[in-house]
Amino acid sequence: MKHLLATTAAAATLIAGAAFAQSGTDPVKMGVLLSFTGPIESLSPAMASGAEMAISEASGNENFMGGTSIEPVRADATCVDAAAATAAAERMITSDGVTAIMGADCSGVTTAVLSNVAVPNGVAMISPAATSPALSSAEDNGLFFRTAPSDARQGEVMANILIEEGIEEVAVTYTNNDYGNGFADAFIASYEDQGGTVTLSASHEDGKGDYSAEVGALASAGGDALVVLGYVDQGGAGIIQSALDTGAFDTFAFGDGMIGDSLTERFGQSIEGSIGTAPGGENEGADMFQTMADEAGIDGTSVYAGESYDAAALLVLAMAQAESASAGDYAGEIMGIANEPGEKIYPGELAKALQIIADGGEVDYEGATGVEFVEPGEAAGSYAEFRVQDGALEVIGYR
Amino acid sequence: MEPINAIVALMNFVVIPATAYGAQLALGALGVTLVYGILRFSNFAHGDSMAFGAMATILFTWGLQALGISLGPIPTALLALPAGIIVTALFLLGTDRVVYRFYRRQKANPVILVIVSIGVMFIYNGVVRLIVGPGDQFFDDGARFIFTVRDFQAWTGLDEGFGLRTSQAITLITAVIVVAALFWFLNRTRTGKSMRAFSDNEDLALLSGINPERVVAVTWVIVAALATLAGVLYGLDKSFKPFTYFQLLLPIFAAAIVGGLGSPVGAIAGGFVIAFSEVTITYAWKRVLAYAMPDSLEPSNLVQLLSTDYKFAVSFMILVVVLLFRPTGLFKGKSV
Repeated sequence: MKHLLATTAAAATLIAGAAFAQSGTDPVKMGVLLSFTGPIESLSPAMASGAEMAISEASGNENFMGGTSIEPVRADATCVDAAAATAAAERMITSDGVTAIMGADCSGVTTAVLSNVAVPNGVAMISPAATSPALSSAEDNGLFFRTAPSDARQGEVMANILIEEGIEEVAVTYTNNDYGNGFADAFIASYEDQGGTVTLSASHEDGKGDYSAEVGALASAGGDALVVLGYVDQGGAGIIQSALDTGAFDTFAFGDGMIGDSLTERFGQSIEGSIGTAPGGENEGADMFQTMADEAGIDGTSVYAGESYDAAALLVLAMAQAESASAGDYAGEIMGIANEPGEKIYPGELAKALQIIADGGEVDYEGATGVEFVEPGEAAGSYAEFRVQDGALEVIGYR
Repeated sequence: MEPINAIVALMNFVVIPATAYGAQLALGALGVTLVYGILRFSNFAHGDSMAFGAMATILFTWGLQALGISLGPIPTALLALPAGIIVTALFLLGTDRVVYRFYRRQKANPVILVIVSIGVMFIYNGVVRLIVGPGDQFFDDGARFIFTVRDFQAWTGLDEGFGLRTSQAITLITAVIVVAALFWFLNRTRTGKSMRAFSDNEDLALLSGINPERVVAVTWVIVAALATLAGVLYGLDKSFKPFTYFQLLLPIFAAAIVGGLGSPVGAIAGGFVIAFSEVTITYAWKRVLAYAMPDSLEPSNLVQLLSTDYKFAVSFMILVVVLLFRPTGLFKGKSV
């Protein structure tokens, strides 16, 4: 209820702002294309509210294109139905007239919207949640960006850690879906580049009771460690259990899906010395965003809420820099705003950023997630390195 | 030492896991085959009956654990088993009373009963999830291992080793006892004989004065006991999660059909055939062969016949081959 009130209040402010700006120019419209229904429907409300927080923060600011207001337009990306997501995006652009899209979220629908709608219509999109490595090489005409890092980056980080640890031969098992596949491919490519050997890469299905056949094959292939790229509440735990029972492996390397309290609760000391990686970094913005979200009645800890705020903020700042709401003009500014040089901008400081831009200065948008873009326009991704010490997961550094 | 290492590696990764898995499948298949033989339909709700039985036992186990009662190194779940079996038996008898009896009185076609059992399956599925939730539940306690791989290596000084889990040993011992008891019951007791008579020829059995409702009730009680045992042993050995029991339905049916539907001996043989084929066909033999063969012949690849992704396909393939060449199964059950 509190949430509903907050949203209503935000909407009311927006309408008031819009009415005020009506006297000047037409409002800029920004699409908020997220999966309000479907497998990640529980995450979407907080993501949308995060994005709309950034929009209302800048809307009507005198330094934003002469006081123009910004209106969010929500639509459902469904996460799984590419046709529905494409239709929703098409409608946003043709009938609502949005000139930028904050979205989409799941990798599959994001790819579809990008190639079928965003590129043909020349509208830029920043996804807060699509992590598939395939999007890095998508044909985007410089219109696609993401504030979530590609899983390819995590594969690389994990390969670096293993090589530095002197572990040069591993077996890999991954959960049989887009996440697991992409992650495993990225890891193996990077690991082999650095001289490591992968003895076997085998998928596993989630939700089964018995993984002795999978572990039997992995054990036969051998290696110094077993790399598990799965989910801790699913098949990943079954694989580890079976590997420990048969004495096949004692050392493991875990992807982000495996990092969770239930991992050490269940296995504790028996996986001592295993390593893991998960997105995370030291940045001041996270706490500031948290405070702002609490005040607005949004769950700021919700996954990708911060990324959504950052995605919308980047679009707004780029438009201000280009003094245009047309993607042809502002898309080229996004990389410059996200990266150095310039004054660092944290959540809640959009007014300050707009002032700097109006005065002809440069900004380096850090935001809630420490935004740092690498080519081709995606978050560099900061990862925490974990190690199991005394039966508990400890963060031993960031990379 | 090399050949011994090969045998030990084989024990660790193939023989022990497949034997335990085979015993669990066999207990499940026995239940399916009894329903098929005596009540004359394929009971698709069997997997979820196992889940229900395991769930009931888990609830009692938690109760005992909360009271501080334990069996030392043996899982407390064994103590809770009888209570779990009673609850499950009442549940299955209730289902029969409410659902199956109606169709039996109408002399419904077996196909209709199969469809009915699918409906029952979904309801059981929902009931179990409502009560314990869809996630993993842990209820094993006591000693996890009788001896571990490391212990074995320390005793023998071999490079390879094998461990034996308490749950695996219990599975095998229980399976042997239960199967022996079931055969004694079916072959030696009056009720068992009347069940076999009812299975062989319903009309003649009725003429000789056998009470059909009693036979049906006894069958459900035995099926409940078998399902609960299989479910609990599987849950102890792996982990309890309602959805995995639903997936077990395929290998269990494959086991029952391969052995010959309606034949108890066939169900047991079928269980082991399916379990061993699933594990051996998807096993990468490199490690074993490297020990067993001279160095010059050591395989360079994994020597894996099928990737583990195709594990479930193995049950299907065996099923198809058996149905093509021996439709009544290995032990002359009823034709499907």
